[in-house]
Amino acid sequence: MKELMLGNKAVARGLYEAACAVISSYPGTPSTEITEEAALYDEIYCEWAPNEKVALEVAHGASLGGLRSACAMKHVGLNVAADPLFTISYQGLNAGLVICVADDPGMHSSQNEQDSRHYARAAKVPMLEPADSEEARLFTIKAYELSEKFNTPVFVKMCTRVAHSQSVVEPGQRVCPPRAPYVKDQGKVMMTVNSRNAHVRVEERTRALTAYAEDCELNRVEMGDTALGIITSSTSYQYAKEVFGDKASILKLGMTWPLPEKLLRDFAGKVDRVVVLEELDPIIEDHCRKLGIAVSGKELFPICGEFSQNLVRACMGQEEPKTLSIADAIPPRPPVMCAGCPHRGIFYTLKKQKCMVYGDIGCYTLGAVAPLNAMDLNVCMGASCSGLHGFNLAMGAEGERHSVGVIGDSTFIHSGITGITDIAYNMTNSTIIILDNSITGMTGHQQNPTTGKNLRGEPAGKVDLEALCRAVGFRRVRVVDPYNLARVDAVLKEELAAAEPSVIISRRPCVMIKGTVHKAPLKVNTEKCAGCKSCMRIGCPAIAVRDKKAVIDTTLCVGCGVCTQMCRFDALESGEV
Amino acid sequence: MDTKNIMIVGVGGQGTLLASKVLGHVLLGQGYDVKVSEVHGMSQRGGSVVTYVRYGEKVYSPVIDKGEADVIVSFELLEAARWLEYVKPEGQIITNTQEVEPMPVIIGAAEYPRDLAEKMRAAGAKVDAEDFLALAGEAGSAKAVNIVLMGRLSRYFPEIGIDAWEEALEACVPKKFLELNKKAFALGR
Repeated sequence: MKELMLGNKAVARGLYEAACAVISSYPGTPSTEITEEAALYDEIYCEWAPNEKVALEVAHGASLGGLRSACAMKHVGLNVAADPLFTISYQGLNAGLVICVADDPGMHSSQNEQDSRHYARAAKVPMLEPADSEEARLFTIKAYELSEKFNTPVFVKMCTRVAHSQSVVEPGQRVCPPRAPYVKDQGKVMMTVNSRNAHVRVEERTRALTAYAEDCELNRVEMGDTALGIITSSTSYQYAKEVFGDKASILKLGMTWPLPEKLLRDFAGKVDRVVVLEELDPIIEDHCRKLGIAVSGKELFPICGEFSQNLVRACMGQEEPKTLSIADAIPPRPPVMCAGCPHRGIFYTLKKQKCMVYGDIGCYTLGAVAPLNAMDLNVCMGASCSGLHGFNLAMGAEGERHSVGVIGDSTFIHSGITGITDIAYNMTNSTIIILDNSITGMTGHQQNPTTGKNLRGEPAGKVDLEALCRAVGFRRVRVVDPYNLARVDAVLKEELAAAEPSVIISRRPCVMIKGTVHKAPLKVNTEKCAGCKSCMRIGCPAIAVRDKKAVIDTTLCVGCGVCTQMCRFDALESGEV
Repeated sequence: MDTKNIMIVGVGGQGTLLASKVLGHVLLGQGYDVKVSEVHGMSQRGGSVVTYVRYGEKVYSPVIDKGEADVIVSFELLEAARWLEYVKPEGQIITNTQEVEPMPVIIGAAEYPRDLAEKMRAAGAKVDAEDFLALAGEAGSAKAVNIVLMGRLSRYFPEIGIDAWEEALEACVPKKFLELNKKAFALGR
């Protein structure tokens, strides 16, 4: 029966139908729902791994053990998984292994806009690119067939507009292949002669896959008007069809690595002019040029940002639709930390103490926006710890007394442990604040090794953060409640002044976790309120000042009480009865 | 038929996702090809959010671009104005008159523009503006504003029978809230 299905859910459906039995992933927008949706099938073991490198190694191990496996990650997660990726490509598999990677053109929820297709080419791993949900299902199943036929992991590459769009899917049946037995093979030990032999096999495999790409069902030609030929893939194909319909001929590439040669030349020979329409980097375009095919590409379309039908119209010299407008400036509505967010008290204090704040990846990146403006920079998962150590090597005692790294619980487990180990081992007096809100927040509330629950919410192992920090060499490990501003202020002062490295664990669950019991919304005593706006300095979306009196939005306020600590007139009162 | 375009816009956390789920269900039931597209993640934390719903014989692009929307359904007045350029000059805007101040307004760095519904009308837009939040309250919960808005949207699709909408509500809304949401739908319609 036809069903409207999210692209990521369709990948999960494909994993189920292809009898994938083990999935290990780390959450990351826009890839997270692949693993969450797959976990709804009892037949698939699903787990959140500490990071993407671990996830890929787990999935590969399961493949060697004879079960079809997968992992899902966002584009930057593939950087973390790159180390195993390149050698798994050499080593090969037992059962099929699919790596789902989701790019984020336009950076809706990412720190960069890298193009994952470079990894397919660099690691010599084939890549399939679905353009809608039904293709996401079908290509995932196809990926297992190719993985086992060519003895290689296979990428299923998503992008935000395919991952987070729902389109019509017709689910099929689950088909289980016979289980592959594990057989010891000394050739799999990747050293000297084995690695050299493996590289030769990989090059042979790429030649075989290129031959396959010439006439496989993944790549298709849709002939229309022959004045214009468009070579495209993924969501760009949809924009091309939207704008041109059958007024252009289209070569739609469902496999974007390795790329065909004869297919491209033949298509180019049938049309008067060839345009390559691809988001981000000119990978198909460069390949065409290498083959000597005359194409237009990035001289017409931007490298930065995501495409749309109007962008294609504008770049191709077509008229854009008429629009309406008003003269008023529309104030932006940036995302904000939720009312009651436990991170707020920490960032308020860091701003107050004028700290240099090396941030990290998570909801708390919102500590950078007005009015808190309390973050200096961020780079990637875990950089707050190692980057701060390096900063303090350069800055010396002056840096150590005025700088902190802030990192969430899940990000700390992902990549912060090695960074704090460097601090303890090589001894800068750096101060790290672990924002332990008992969940992976930004990606939509996933469990992690610090929460004591597994992906399905069942009881699981639990990392003891205090013991872990002590074990790597920190003697100063403090725990604070971020709702207590005076205490946060005092502890931060002490740890910045301390002549040795410190970890401060700010512990308070995210207010958005299901089942969290909130206090009643606060009340404003309008007789006491002087309209001084001190309560506004914490940037809580539940507080506004109108007609010189504070106003509490009772639909948002969770009664955390941080604002009451800002008020000199005791005008913000508990709403508890 | 040409592909039709409906945008649902609002503030993260206002319940736009359920509205698009119900609408997608209705349109699929009418035998159309349908695409529903939205961005998850960062913007959901109180930011401006948008869902694109497209239907027709064959839908290609998952997104709606400037000047393409037949209808914009807005949960909040400023958001209707923010997305105004997306509506076709002959298109329809349905907007809640609720005003939710964004952070730049709360901290005094920007002003919330006045008389937005009138200004949008003066620009040539057809605007159906009402206090849908009050209707949701009347139905029993402010949270049902999403379904009140779907009720109003249904007015503009006389070819789709009330049964199809009720069936979609039954499929998309938890049972214990079904009666409340049916009431909300009827009040909006």
